[in-house]
Amino acid sequence: MRLETPNKLEELRKSILEKQDPNKQKILVCGGTGCISNGSLEVAKAFEAELKSQKLKAEVEVKITGCHGFCERGPLVVFLPQSIFYERVDLKGVPDILKETLISGVPHDKYLYRMTKKDDPITKEEDIPFYKNQLRWVLRHNGKIDPTSIDEYIAQGGYSALAKALNGLSPERIVDEIDKAGLRGRGGGGFSTARKWRSVKDADGGPDNIRYVICNGDEGDPGAFMDRSLMEGDPHSVIEGMIIGAYAIGSNKGYIYVRMEYPLAVKHLDLAIKSARDYGLLGENILGSGFSFDIEINRGGGAFVCGESSALMASIMGRAGEPRAKYVHSSEKGLNDLPTNLNNVETWANVPLIINRGADWFAAVGTEKSKGTKVFSLVGSVNNVGLVEVPMGLSLREIIYGIGGGIPGGKKFKAVQTGGPSGGCIPEAHLDAPVDFDELTKLGSMMGSGGMIVMDEKTCMVDVAKYFINFLVDESCGKCTPCREGLRQLLIVLTRITEGKGKEGDIELLKDIGDCMTWGSLCALGGSASNPVISTIKYFRDEYEAHIKEKRCPAGVCQDLITFSIIEGDCIGCGRCLKVCPSSAITGENKKPHVIDEKLCIRCRACYEVCPVDAVMIE
Amino acid sequence: MNYSEKSVDKIVKDHNGDASKVILMLQDVQSEFRYIPREAVKKLSDDLDIPEARIYHIATFYKAFSLVPRGEHEIRVCLGTACHIKGGKRIAEGFERALKVKAGETTKDKKFTLETVNCLGACALAPLVQVDEENHSKMTIEKIDKVLKQYKK
Ligand SMILES: Cc1cc2nc3c(=O)[nH]c(=O)nc-3n(C[C@H](O)[C@H](O)[C@H](O)COP(=O)(O)O)c2cc1C
Ligand code: SF4
Ligand code: SF4
Ligand code: SF4
Ligand code: FES
Ligand code: FES
Repeated sequence: MRLETPNKLEELRKSILEKQDPNKQKILVCGGTGCISNGSLEVAKAFEAELKSQKLKAEVEVKITGCHGFCERGPLVVFLPQSIFYERVDLKGVPDILKETLISGVPHDKYLYRMTKKDDPITKEEDIPFYKNQLRWVLRHNGKIDPTSIDEYIAQGGYSALAKALNGLSPERIVDEIDKAGLRGRGGGGFSTARKWRSVKDADGGPDNIRYVICNGDEGDPGAFMDRSLMEGDPHSVIEGMIIGAYAIGSNKGYIYVRMEYPLAVKHLDLAIKSARDYGLLGENILGSGFSFDIEINRGGGAFVCGESSALMASIMGRAGEPRAKYVHSSEKGLNDLPTNLNNVETWANVPLIINRGADWFAAVGTEKSKGTKVFSLVGSVNNVGLVEVPMGLSLREIIYGIGGGIPGGKKFKAVQTGGPSGGCIPEAHLDAPVDFDELTKLGSMMGSGGMIVMDEKTCMVDVAKYFINFLVDESCGKCTPCREGLRQLLIVLTRITEGKGKEGDIELLKDIGDCMTWGSLCALGGSASNPVISTIKYFRDEYEAHIKEKRCPAGVCQDLITFSIIEGDCIGCGRCLKVCPSSAITGENKKPHVIDEKLCIRCRACYEVCPVDAVMIE
Repeated sequence: MNYSEKSVDKIVKDHNGDASKVILMLQDVQSEFRYIPREAVKKLSDDLDIPEARIYHIATFYKAFSLVPRGEHEIRVCLGTACHIKGGKRIAEGFERALKVKAGETTKDKKFTLETVNCLGACALAPLVQVDEENHSKMTIEKIDKVLKQYKK
């Protein structure tokens, strides 16, 4: 069915809504990658089967949605309209959950949310601290609608921003609105979206007046999965944003570049593109406006550097994804040497929101220079792990403690890493800093795409720096010398330090190499590669010095600097450590204290991890 | 699967013989044969009229591609930041010991290829291990044997 005019879209929306009953009993089962891994699709099937056998099928709808954000607690199931939230639902629990929720009307206690086992349960989704303190704008549909149904998106008001844009807003007006809203790119650098759009719009599109728009769904930052959730859980909002942007810029052709590790995102985007085409929301003469635009999906080949704009475009053109020097901007000569506008997934998803609700509404939230919200993937040593969306300007403390529920196991907070391999580690002293583009940069880190990795006292900061450099050694394309050789040298020095062979002057050497790379590298991969090193030196210099001067790893991580032993009084003789020890370094009898032979131990840490009573000691 | 010229023919046709789609074609070749056979490179080079060297450049640049045959099952141990913090490296070492191969290698019986990867995008489940299409969340050293057993049949 083609929608020939914006009015037809409204009529369709009305007819979909008329068929929906807001009070109908619904069971939302999360079908995001995280919950699927933990068996959510089987759980959904079990609900269906159970409803059928209890003859409740007609009254209850089971819906598979995108990621709700609270992936660690999955599989998640939410009952509507009651808004009852169940976590870690397994097949065993399905019959009882149904019986108690639907028949007796009292939620089934066992699967309700509890922050820790000792806490009281919280019944409603909106009362859980993890959700309560968020402002879910971009993620508003995630976990609410079925991402494979365009009708559900339309019922939520989807594509009305596109209709509004095509029906009465000039391309200039749209760019102005995005400008006034103060939208900055969510992919890393925080560049003004309107400014980028304007320069592409004004660039020379050649004899055929061609311009491209691209959505960057490469999401290479380790520890980040915001873009994945959006593409999987609400693909239409990304597509709608792209169509509006294309109209504003004057482009007829778009690409979505998705990394190959995200097959479900590709599937949902593909489906969304096809159904948008069927409705005439994509393709020729969109909504009868005369404007034509279509989108193609490109699967990336698994190279971090392909997230960089010029590398990404090279990859779409069928070449190795190597960045080029940017004497000329992609906004003038990008894909096929024509003006190209590249934005991140989350950036695009913000566009319909701004067009619908207006720039002033959008700009009312956030800080002076960072408007709206930002989605973070809050992971690592934090109680509530998952995706969180918060207004810009919330403090790190409010995110990590308010929403994240603090550090598990009574451990102490040490640092939070933001900005991925281009970012840095922020220590406790700055936990009250407001989170926005400029504040994080001031602290020597970066907003980046939104990875937020919380680290506790058991994390060695030298090891973390080494980790990022090791990552980048693998990922550097090797085209320019400062990056290729600089990374190698950084790794050599950091490895030496973590092995207890560090020398006086190594810290200064790290800084010098980092400086060279910052100034001399061709692209931002090399240009920002030293950030994790510099920021850990800045805030945790004592830890570097302990490694270099005292040959000691204070956090007990660096393998060459630690020894393992068992505390005799604490050991209950369960034998678990003995079973996992790969080098037969542990001896002992059942129910009696075990001992480690230090000479045989290869310091693999397995015993430490399995011991149920923390009897293994690291020094 | 063994190399067959017909399959590569079809892959080229699926992409309308468009040389700028060579990466997508290589992805299809990889999923068909589980590696990029030399013959396929030669054929793509002929059909698309691009030098073999450029195709090898691509095939070695992107991590998705392998020029040697892979094992029946691919084990990917995530070493992304979230997984690193939760001990991903030790899980990888555990698999290396259990399979008696180093990361990047294939077992002698061609059953498993062990790999480490940088973030699979399900970081809330760290440490994460993916075997073929299946995710195993919150891996521990103790679970390694159990996971391997599932695929050994
Ligand atoms: C090495 C490197 C990797 C990058 N990876 C990504 C990525 O995975 N996703 C992304 O959106 N931007 C990434 N970027 C930033 C992009 O190059 C680009 O700035 C961004 O996509 C622009 O979109 P925005 O203006 O909406 O932020 C990367 C940059 C560099 C230098
Ligand atoms: S800085 Fe690194 S990734 Fe960027 S072009 Fe140079 S070598 Fe390649
Ligand atoms: S650290 Fe590893 S090798 Fe050493 S005793 Fe523990 S389990 Fe055995
Ligand atoms: S696992 Fe812990 S309690 Fe059990 S035998 Fe080993 S040291 Fe003792
Ligand atoms: S995948 Fe289910 S909550 Fe994220
Ligand atoms: S860090 Fe392992 S899945 Fe992201």
